[in-house]
Amino acid sequence: MTTTSARPPAAASSAAATTTYREALREAHREALRRDPRVFLMGEDVARYGGSFAVSLGLVEEFGEERIRDTPLSESAFTGAGIGAALRGMRPIVEIMTVNFSLLALDQILNNAATLLHMSGGQLAVPLVIRMTTGGGRQLAAQHSHSLEGWYAHIPGLRVLAPATLEDARGMLWPALQDPDPVLIFEHGSLYPLKGSLPDPPPEVDIAHAAVRRPGTDVTLVAYGGGLGKTLEAAELLAAEGIGAEVIDLRVLRPLDDETLLSSLAKTHRAVVVDEAWRSGSLAAEVSARLSEKGFYDLDAPVERVCGAEVPLPYAAHLEQAALPQPEGIAAAARRAVRGDG
Amino acid sequence: MTALAHDREALLEQGAPALLRQMIRVRRFEEKCVELYSATKIRGFLHLCIGEEAVAVGVISSLGPGDAVVSTYREHGHALARGVPMEAVMAEMFGKATGCSHGRGGSMHLFDADLRFYGGNAIVGGGMPPSVGMALADRMNDRTDVTACIFGEGAMAEGEFHESANLAALWHLPVLFVCENNRYAMGTALAREHAETDLTARAASYGMVAWAVDGMDVLAVQEATRRALALVRGGGGPCFLELRTYRFRAHSMYDPDRYRDKAEVERWRESDPIPRLTAALVAQAAVTDDEVSAWEAEIAREIDAAVEAAEAAPLEPVADLTRFVTSERTAP
Repeated sequence: MTTTSARPPAAASSAAATTTYREALREAHREALRRDPRVFLMGEDVARYGGSFAVSLGLVEEFGEERIRDTPLSESAFTGAGIGAALRGMRPIVEIMTVNFSLLALDQILNNAATLLHMSGGQLAVPLVIRMTTGGGRQLAAQHSHSLEGWYAHIPGLRVLAPATLEDARGMLWPALQDPDPVLIFEHGSLYPLKGSLPDPPPEVDIAHAAVRRPGTDVTLVAYGGGLGKTLEAAELLAAEGIGAEVIDLRVLRPLDDETLLSSLAKTHRAVVVDEAWRSGSLAAEVSARLSEKGFYDLDAPVERVCGAEVPLPYAAHLEQAALPQPEGIAAAARRAVRGDG
Repeated sequence: MTALAHDREALLEQGAPALLRQMIRVRRFEEKCVELYSATKIRGFLHLCIGEEAVAVGVISSLGPGDAVVSTYREHGHALARGVPMEAVMAEMFGKATGCSHGRGGSMHLFDADLRFYGGNAIVGGGMPPSVGMALADRMNDRTDVTACIFGEGAMAEGEFHESANLAALWHLPVLFVCENNRYAMGTALAREHAETDLTARAASYGMVAWAVDGMDVLAVQEATRRALALVRGGGGPCFLELRTYRFRAHSMYDPDRYRDKAEVERWRESDPIPRLTAALVAQAAVTDDEVSAWEAEIAREIDAAVEAAEAAPLEPVADLTRFVTSERTAP
């Protein structure tokens, strides 16, 4: 995938520094740990190992083992411990190695984190941030590669974020920690090495809105997380054919920012939703339904969806790539929507 | 079952009359719930702790005001013993706006944040990980509060018990694990669900102090809890108490109770914690029958008032259905 096009054009800044998505996340942690003594990080191998994906590399040396806390392989216990610590006034960040592993903590995330506030009649808010890796493309096979963030986006009481750019990797953590309710942050595994530059100081970002990453007038391409880069590539392919695609990065998977989606649709009258997750019952299905329900009279063509194939993700590279959305497939869907000939 | 071997001075010193009164209060409340359930005033699942009052009262009366209680779906007694107002508990079961959870929780989900009473968890084992987290926060902030995590013996077959026990012991956290062993996980007897039925030994295998107590003796429960709390509060890491008790009624109002022998229930009724302590106190002249009768009358009035208040209380407006899904403060 392209590495720099997944960002909006950076404002000219003499202080811009070259960094990566991984380093931007690390810097976000460093900032949060410095700014708020209630913040601490816990998860499997976050301290001495430096984080499974090296996000927290070096943090234990700087902040110590009390605040950068290695846990046993007990996803339910350490996620639930994050809930308890949040209830008791801390601002924990829980790192779960992958979304597939998070299913071991699903009881805590759904039945406690997302539920306690309502079930207690407003008494127990859970200001917890849970980060995890999601997505395929790295030949990690079917128990490390799925995109289950749509399941979490189904749950009332959670805010679900998918940083796809360096700005969001750097900027989303702090506002997530200010949210009085649980926030889940999904980091697509293919994004960690993403390179680019960030202004200094880094821009503040919100955790409430979708963003237009590329303006266009002919078709709206909706993507998020690891799908954004591929979708921007597809937009390049389409531009060469004279089709102006507007690319929207959802950023926030729950609650969805209908307004940004619908105002783009009102301009382009056509939409393609890109989602690496399985098509049936997916986040793409939800976005597509909202566009149809609320933007029906703006639509000049059926909403297209480009999703992951409905198989457990296989190991072999050619099979895995065939199972995931690719720029060519996204462009083809856009052509169908625009010209009916994709 | 023999009477409790305590002399008058010892009974008074331990506050036995007050404990007895609290147990009677819980028992009568639960009996009223049965009546109200039959009258369809209370709906949903209703799990009663009749027979297990010594656990609720003995454990919770020993806690300090800063300590936390994390409980299960069989928690009316725990809530009342903690001081959650009876009116708020009753109104919650009526689904009213004045309920302690604004009608969102019902019988299984009683909460009172000010009293550090954290439910009311109906996922067996689900309250354990948050208990560990609260204790972690207390330790990180050098507070001496203890989190009492109450669960049934059925929860010890859940992975969350083992994960939480290990984590609490590994990190040396101030958690008091309270296993209310009533011998049945819904309808499944202890020996039919645990390969090793020595629960205390299993808890001890995580490196924490663990012992078993007669859960039908409120004084024994209180004494054990105080000892355990001293250990935990003093920085000794988590502790585990197995309180051996029995529920006299079925698992819930839906349960036809086909899985246990009536004679077994009758045998356990002989160690009913309430007549047992009443007899000991009367024998030692620590209370009189008249005093007990006076308590009964006071409790009956309190319960009647709670029912009356719940009946009269307003319903939560349907317009507020989606309140409390997220906090009433916008995210940045």
